[in-house]
Amino acid sequence: MKPHCQSHRNLLLASAIAGLFLAAPAFSQQQPAAPASAPPAAAAPAALPPGSPLIGRPEGNEAASKLAPVAPPPLPASPDKLPVSKLKLPPGFNIEVYASGIANTRSLRVGTKGTVFVGTRFGNKVTAIVKKDGKTELYTVAQGLYRPNGLAFHNGTLYIAELSQISKIDNVESVLDNPPKPTVIYSDLPKDEAHGWKFIAIGPDNKLYVPVGQPGNNVLHDKDHGQIRRMNLDGTGAEVVVLGMRNTVGFDWNPNTKELYFSDNGRDWMSEDVPQDELNRVTATGQHFGAPYCYQGNIPDPEFGWGRKCSEFVPPVALTGPHSAGLGMRFYTGDMFPKKYKNAIFLARHGSWNRSQKVGGDVMVYVLNKDGTVKSSEVFLTGFLENNGYIGRPVDVEVMADGSMLLSDDWNGAIYRITYGKAKAASK
Amino acid sequence: MCLACHGEKGQSATPDTPSLGGQPAPYLLIQIYLFREKQRAAPLMNEMAKGLTDDDLRALSDALAKLPPPQPPADAPDPARMERGRALITRHRCNSCHNLDLSGRENIPRIASQREDYLARTLREYKSNTRHGYDGVMAEVLGPVTDAEIVDLAHFAAHFR
Repeated sequence: MKPHCQSHRNLLLASAIAGLFLAAPAFSQQQPAAPASAPPAAAAPAALPPGSPLIGRPEGNEAASKLAPVAPPPLPASPDKLPVSKLKLPPGFNIEVYASGIANTRSLRVGTKGTVFVGTRFGNKVTAIVKKDGKTELYTVAQGLYRPNGLAFHNGTLYIAELSQISKIDNVESVLDNPPKPTVIYSDLPKDEAHGWKFIAIGPDNKLYVPVGQPGNNVLHDKDHGQIRRMNLDGTGAEVVVLGMRNTVGFDWNPNTKELYFSDNGRDWMSEDVPQDELNRVTATGQHFGAPYCYQGNIPDPEFGWGRKCSEFVPPVALTGPHSAGLGMRFYTGDMFPKKYKNAIFLARHGSWNRSQKVGGDVMVYVLNKDGTVKSSEVFLTGFLENNGYIGRPVDVEVMADGSMLLSDDWNGAIYRITYGKAKAASK
Repeated sequence: MCLACHGEKGQSATPDTPSLGGQPAPYLLIQIYLFREKQRAAPLMNEMAKGLTDDDLRALSDALAKLPPPQPPADAPDPARMERGRALITRHRCNSCHNLDLSGRENIPRIASQREDYLARTLREYKSNTRHGYDGVMAEVLGPVTDAEIVDLAHFAAHFR
């Protein structure tokens, strides 16, 4: 498909909008409605459906009633409105806008030729970004998809994960101008909206890893949910490799030990401070990480934990903050950043909604010990949270061939590029 | 252009066509965006939204958000259905997102005094996920709600003042 062009204004529409102002009476914002009639004495709230975002929310609590998942604006922010100048990094690091004007930018992958692919959760397209002669070209490589959040790239092939199916485009970087419709390779996936959007990745074993989230805040899930599956790159041979996973939207493999590490979002409505979200490490197939019986490794769930012990499950290697929504993560394998970051985990924390005082809206770094446990954690990039509100929300990180790091921001529909060193080197 | 179908004063007299008055601007923006992107399938609206720029969408939703809220229909509501509807609103906690007065906020629409035919159709479409919401919440919420309950909920919200 040709690169996008600036569309011209619809003059007819402009005059219609003007007409609207003239025709509509000069009412101010809606009048406050009459107070609701008193609730009936007899009606008791029913059990909520498993996927309801209200499960567990305390009744009649004013602070709690103000909390709900935050929906991002559907339109990307214009370049002059991006918060890049407010983002803070350690000394020596730089950050610039890599691409913008792409709605709801989520998972990131880089092709062999340097093409950057970005998925979306609220849109329906997969977009490719090509830098050519100092210009940024955007291509739509697939559209009409349903929540195409997950992407993986391997041997020239782009893999796309929608809510309930995986598809692929071979030799994608050669067909950006006129890509074929993606070929579906796997569709044996549940269709639940709750925690159904996916992150996918291909492991050192050349298998495609696909999570299926727990279909609700805190529910007993069946044998098809709350897990990570892996399969051959043609979609055959699917098997479950991780159990007790609530909702992961980011995972990667330790370059030294080849073990899988995944971020996992903890349950809501238990309290503002617990449980924290988790960084988990898989050391064997079939391990169970606790959800919904035990959270953060040491908190038996008040509803489902009865008769179970947290010691039955694999505890996290790090706690990543209460409700902070750690999503995309990668081991930094580049050579541009200082040595201390080599093989450390960078985790984008999308930021909380289930807290009165928000946390997250930043990128964390976890340095590992040689044995794979976490040695230290620190904030790497901050600034997306301002006055308890989001001016951006980071989703995924990806390492480029030159060792620079990309960061997606689904609130603004933008991708930033982080470099280390003199400005001269960074502008490559 | 919009008002011919949706009504001059935020109140739609056209069957199956929603009233747009009293809707939060962010909600309107999301819906016209979904129409433009064809993520919400309604051929007439997909056609109307085709070719609109991002700035058009913003201007349109801001302008429409100034329309006054619709009024409930003139006909008297069915008392039994209102009683059942009131209980269902509480039971399914509609008013926790849509507000106690069902006026909506941010990306959540006003449902008070919306057209009854449109409300019933919308609830059915959300339940079957044939209408894909922006974030998928309504598909989950309507899981246990029966069709008979949808009919009562639509009647209640349409007549709610």
